[in-house]
Amino acid sequence: MNSREITTQITKAADFLNLQKWDYGASFSNDYSVQVDKGEAKQLKASQKQILTLRVWNQSNLVGITTTSDISESGIKKALNQANIASDFGNKNESTEFSPLAKDPINVKDVKKRNPAGIKKLLTILREAEVKLLESHESIKSVPYNGLSESFYERVYANSEGAFRSYTKSQAALYLYARAEEKDKKPRSSGSVKLGYGVDDIDIESCIKDASNKTISHLNYSSIKTDKYLICFSPESFLTIINAFSSMFNARSILDGVSLSNKNSIGEKLSTEALNIYDDGQHEKNISSSPFDGEGTPTKRLCLINNGRIQNFLHSESTARIFKTIPTGHAGLGSKVSVSPDWLVVEKSEKDLDLKTSLDHSNYEGEFVYIEELNAIHAGVRASQGSFSLPFDGWHYKNGEKISIESATVAGDIKYLFKNIINIESKQEVTTSGISPHIWVDELSITGDA
Amino acid sequence: MLSSQIKSNEIEFGFCNKDLLEEIIFYGIGLGADFVEIFIENTDNSSVLAEEDNITSVSPSFGKGAGIRIFKDKRDGFVSTNDLSKRGLMKSVSQAIEMLDVTDKKNIEVFNGLNKHRDYTLNKKTWIDEVPSIHEISEKLLLSTKSLKKNNKIITRKGSYSRTLQEVIIASSDGTYASDIRLHQTVGLNVIASDAQYRSNGSRRFGSSGMPNEFRLWNHEKAANDVFESSMNMLYADYVEAGQMPVVLANKFGGVIFHEACGHLLETTQIERGTTPFENKLNKKIAHESVTAIDEGISEGSFGSLSVDDEGMEPEKSVLIKDGILKKFISDRAGELRTGHKRTGSGRRQNYSFAAASRMRNTYIAKGEYSKEDLINSISDGLYCKSMGGGSVGATGQFNFAVEEGYLIKNGKLTKPVKGATLIGEAKEVMPKISMCGNDLELAPGFCGSISGSVNVTVGQPHIKVDSITVGGR
Repeated sequence: MNSREITTQITKAADFLNLQKWDYGASFSNDYSVQVDKGEAKQLKASQKQILTLRVWNQSNLVGITTTSDISESGIKKALNQANIASDFGNKNESTEFSPLAKDPINVKDVKKRNPAGIKKLLTILREAEVKLLESHESIKSVPYNGLSESFYERVYANSEGAFRSYTKSQAALYLYARAEEKDKKPRSSGSVKLGYGVDDIDIESCIKDASNKTISHLNYSSIKTDKYLICFSPESFLTIINAFSSMFNARSILDGVSLSNKNSIGEKLSTEALNIYDDGQHEKNISSSPFDGEGTPTKRLCLINNGRIQNFLHSESTARIFKTIPTGHAGLGSKVSVSPDWLVVEKSEKDLDLKTSLDHSNYEGEFVYIEELNAIHAGVRASQGSFSLPFDGWHYKNGEKISIESATVAGDIKYLFKNIINIESKQEVTTSGISPHIWVDELSITGDA
Repeated sequence: MLSSQIKSNEIEFGFCNKDLLEEIIFYGIGLGADFVEIFIENTDNSSVLAEEDNITSVSPSFGKGAGIRIFKDKRDGFVSTNDLSKRGLMKSVSQAIEMLDVTDKKNIEVFNGLNKHRDYTLNKKTWIDEVPSIHEISEKLLLSTKSLKKNNKIITRKGSYSRTLQEVIIASSDGTYASDIRLHQTVGLNVIASDAQYRSNGSRRFGSSGMPNEFRLWNHEKAANDVFESSMNMLYADYVEAGQMPVVLANKFGGVIFHEACGHLLETTQIERGTTPFENKLNKKIAHESVTAIDEGISEGSFGSLSVDDEGMEPEKSVLIKDGILKKFISDRAGELRTGHKRTGSGRRQNYSFAAASRMRNTYIAKGEYSKEDLINSISDGLYCKSMGGGSVGATGQFNFAVEEGYLIKNGKLTKPVKGATLIGEAKEVMPKISMCGNDLELAPGFCGSISGSVNVTVGQPHIKVDSITVGGR
């Protein structure tokens, strides 16, 4: 069945079961991936997946939900039945409705359709990439984590009031994670990930170069003394930490009591006036963009922090209704609808007079710690408390030297971090999770081995 | 057509599928495969969430799918599909063969048909009717969140229940033919306490396998008291001061450090990648002589137990480390093929869309001779980690774990609570520093995410003392 036929099938089955109100989200995908080990194919993988999430409203307007991979006529009937049964336990204290924007026009990016490259081509490309990475430096002994994948999928949202939207797209990803070893030293690892709409769009040479440079740059390492340091966050690491604390901008988290913000936090000053943060899922550089969210609401650019102050929250249909605003296109379909950011864009505003613009990671000569990449986010972030303690890869700049840090953790509080932003560099960089310039923060605690 | 599906002769759960499975395996062998493996799954899951005094989410889900793996030499091609028809499964076999670029077609005689069916589903078919109903679950979850409402500093209370019922059929060209039904239930409690600028969390998870009545027997009041006390103890805690110090790790979930920092390095997937420092250490000392560590899938009712692994092998009890000496690696079919370490019944996967890999089951450090007090009394200045949060291990073996509930040790006594602590180190450096093991081994359930997805496991240990470790703080 295609998506139109599925909608027809659900309509028929819902009529039969006397279910007046329903909606569904579905995805259909074909994925292909390869891994190699020293020139040999290791695992080659293909999958066909279909997932249907159905919601129904019962006569008391309570919602029930079911998810299934069985999209046959009988599977759809079973799913509707299960959802109907689940609706008896629907949340009586917070109603859910269709998004009022579920029929609004959507903006589907004009991206040329890519065709599958095929496993053999993926394998050839990855083999060559592995060889080049191994040959890039004598200390790189293996590429233990590597993969090249391509995915072709269709996503659908429809409801019983006639909303219907779908889009198809493709995405490819290459990751290379190298391991370097030198005598009497600990092994060092680092890597790079690149995305594209298709395999031919991926900048493979740049992925090899990044993985090699990053790995080699950490070969000469030293431990760092436990202390407070001036910190420069790379664009990637700053986006990582903002994403980890995105519950500050999440209306669902606020209602659930797990956010540092509250209903009255709009307008609260968090940081220097020079800081602007947007969520922009439709940004032209976002390969993973989607034109609508799980409730069918169109995706759009939303300002979260404007001149250092909280400007907007991310909303689903129900949180928007409670906050007396409109959905923002950040909902994930579920019996309890989730809310999450798409793609963050951090930039310097025009109100930048209080910044210490002499701090530039490429030429600053004083002592500081450069955080290249934060790790173990799920373990080291307490979003509801605002605290973090995270291992990182980075360098210690001191006396004109740059030394890779052997093993260390950066700890602090997100509100303290926001308040202590002392420079936002001008040049933004595109990463896989958003866009940001380098960000400087005064005095965060680093725990090292020294 | 991305969403197309074709129906013909189809795998039927609860019926004999031998002829169809043999036909598909013969087809793969005939196309030149060295080995063909079919994993078929039918799931019926449900989850319930209680927040404060309301049920806010009930989510049933169900599905079917198959994972087909073909080996040629040491390479494997894996295809997953929702199409369980004969035509769909054969198409998947062809696709896997094509991916491997098989040119030399071996003789079909390498497959002699499937062995006698090993049916592990006996006495399990009634489980679906024996597990608690959504109504019963909801009532108990609401009692548990009500039990967390002990003072006005508790600002959020959550109880969550999840049940997975997975029916599997496993068949492969070495004659393996088995079927099983697996039941897992887990329940978690979470609170956030708040007072002015102070905030703390408390959480606990409980879980079982193959015991439909277990949720009914769960002592929700005891669990709620434990979570409440933990959050209140930590509410006004100061941040810990960073540094090197001796620590005592509590039993139960304290074992997550061994699981993450050492256990994963003993999986053959790590040998394949060349990312374990223990690759050439078999029968050599890698830990303090007080350490014996075990991985097994046979403890009745434990979250990581199985009747048969996802490659059709019964799980064994594997002594990984005996008195500090490395004795065994955790191995699956691909691990045996590529590293030579014999399979241990540890081939596991989240579902049909993942190829099985060597994964831990119930993994723990064996009990020693000391009491918890002996361990604490032996430290003049250190940290007691009563409850551990999550953690991770980097590609070079460095680990990092959050301490959810910690107390300073001064002159052999527990003193004030401290927050913000993380334990940082490397397995090969920390394992020799586990100098004392308590006599109070206990297990705790958890989920482990790795190459073949998220699988149910238990971690465990008695109280243990690590002579020195880096504690991250402020």
